[in-house]
Amino acid sequence: MHYVDIIFRAIFIENLPLSFFLGMCTFLAISKQVKPALGLGLAVLVLTAITVPLNNLVLGYLLKPGALSWLGQPDVDLTFLGLLIYIGMIAAVVQILEMVLDRFVPTLYNTLGIFLPLLTVNCAILGASLFMVERDYSFAESAAYGFGAGAGFLLAVVALAGIREKCEYANPPGGLRGLGMTFITAGLMALSFMGLAGMGG
Amino acid sequence: MAETRKELLLRSIFRRNPIALLVLGICSALAVTGQMSTAFVMSICVILVTAFSNLTISIVRFQIPNTVRIGIQIMVIATLVIIVDQVLKAFFFELSKQLSIFVGLIITNCIIMGRAEGFAMSNPPIASFIDGIGNGLGYGFILMSVAFVRELFGSGSLFGFEILKLTTNGGWYVANGMLVLPASGFFLIALIIWILRSVDPAQQEKS
Repeated sequence: MHYVDIIFRAIFIENLPLSFFLGMCTFLAISKQVKPALGLGLAVLVLTAITVPLNNLVLGYLLKPGALSWLGQPDVDLTFLGLLIYIGMIAAVVQILEMVLDRFVPTLYNTLGIFLPLLTVNCAILGASLFMVERDYSFAESAAYGFGAGAGFLLAVVALAGIREKCEYANPPGGLRGLGMTFITAGLMALSFMGLAGMGG
Repeated sequence: MAETRKELLLRSIFRRNPIALLVLGICSALAVTGQMSTAFVMSICVILVTAFSNLTISIVRFQIPNTVRIGIQIMVIATLVIIVDQVLKAFFFELSKQLSIFVGLIITNCIIMGRAEGFAMSNPPIASFIDGIGNGLGYGFILMSVAFVRELFGSGSLFGFEILKLTTNGGWYVANGMLVLPASGFFLIALIIWILRSVDPAQQEKS
């Protein structure tokens, strides 16, 4: 139940874009239509599900105070290098994933491929890893959290794209056209997501 | 140089604001604006990191091979952010706890990458440095405006000092609970964009 709870919290209550505003740039830029939004969401889901547990391993076996004791260096504390290592890890995973998909699953590559390089510098991916560090998750917990965080992003971006498709026909004042309207839509979505807050344990 | 240094500094604040016009770096803009103090510290951090990453990248721009430039830019930015993060942890521990992961997320703030890639790679160091400060200020301007409204009307204070006495403390002002919620950040930025684009219609998007 504990893991289901983590996944549930990550998707609905602590939704990355809607309650922490992470990954906003891509969230707003690629939500004009549902189809690309779905591709982006899936790419985020795959990436967080891989990178969060991976960074958890790196933290546990390389960076934490005392983590290097298997090398005979129990006093070394490398946590200050964390940020650099996590972002490097994410960049590496993106690169490898791109090559693997291109080689073995070209159809999937065509859907996700264009979004992958974009996601190296996406706050949602790095943010998920940083939340994992801050909350001290174990390996299994971080796997659950990574999956949940990605799924939450997928849900939010597809929902926003659906609403924006409908908004195409509206005629807002000039200054609000495009970006302004998207912000207001996202704000209303964030408000409605708050209604789910009571569901968590 | 086509633009004077003053123009370089000022244009990013209103005319080419990174948040309102270019839609960059919104992630952190919303999350840390619940209070003036966090927004202020965040702005300072971003101004410093943008300015110095622009300076560094501009100095070494002829040495960077084109194929790995993104990687090098990220490394420069990440190193600067680690320095900022360590300084905050050492001297302002309370604030760094409040900002939690958002200092780390400056790395992925697209404003910094965007300026490094779009300006510093093709301009001399001094101009890049000023451009970095200008963009940081433009970012800070939006951040502080949003935080001002959210803290003043959401909790009746500015920088933690009580301005409007709340009814819960025996005063007259009923706090607007919605402004404390994250969602209000979206609405306020939408309003700022609306104002900026009404003043300068050239920024409006085509229908």
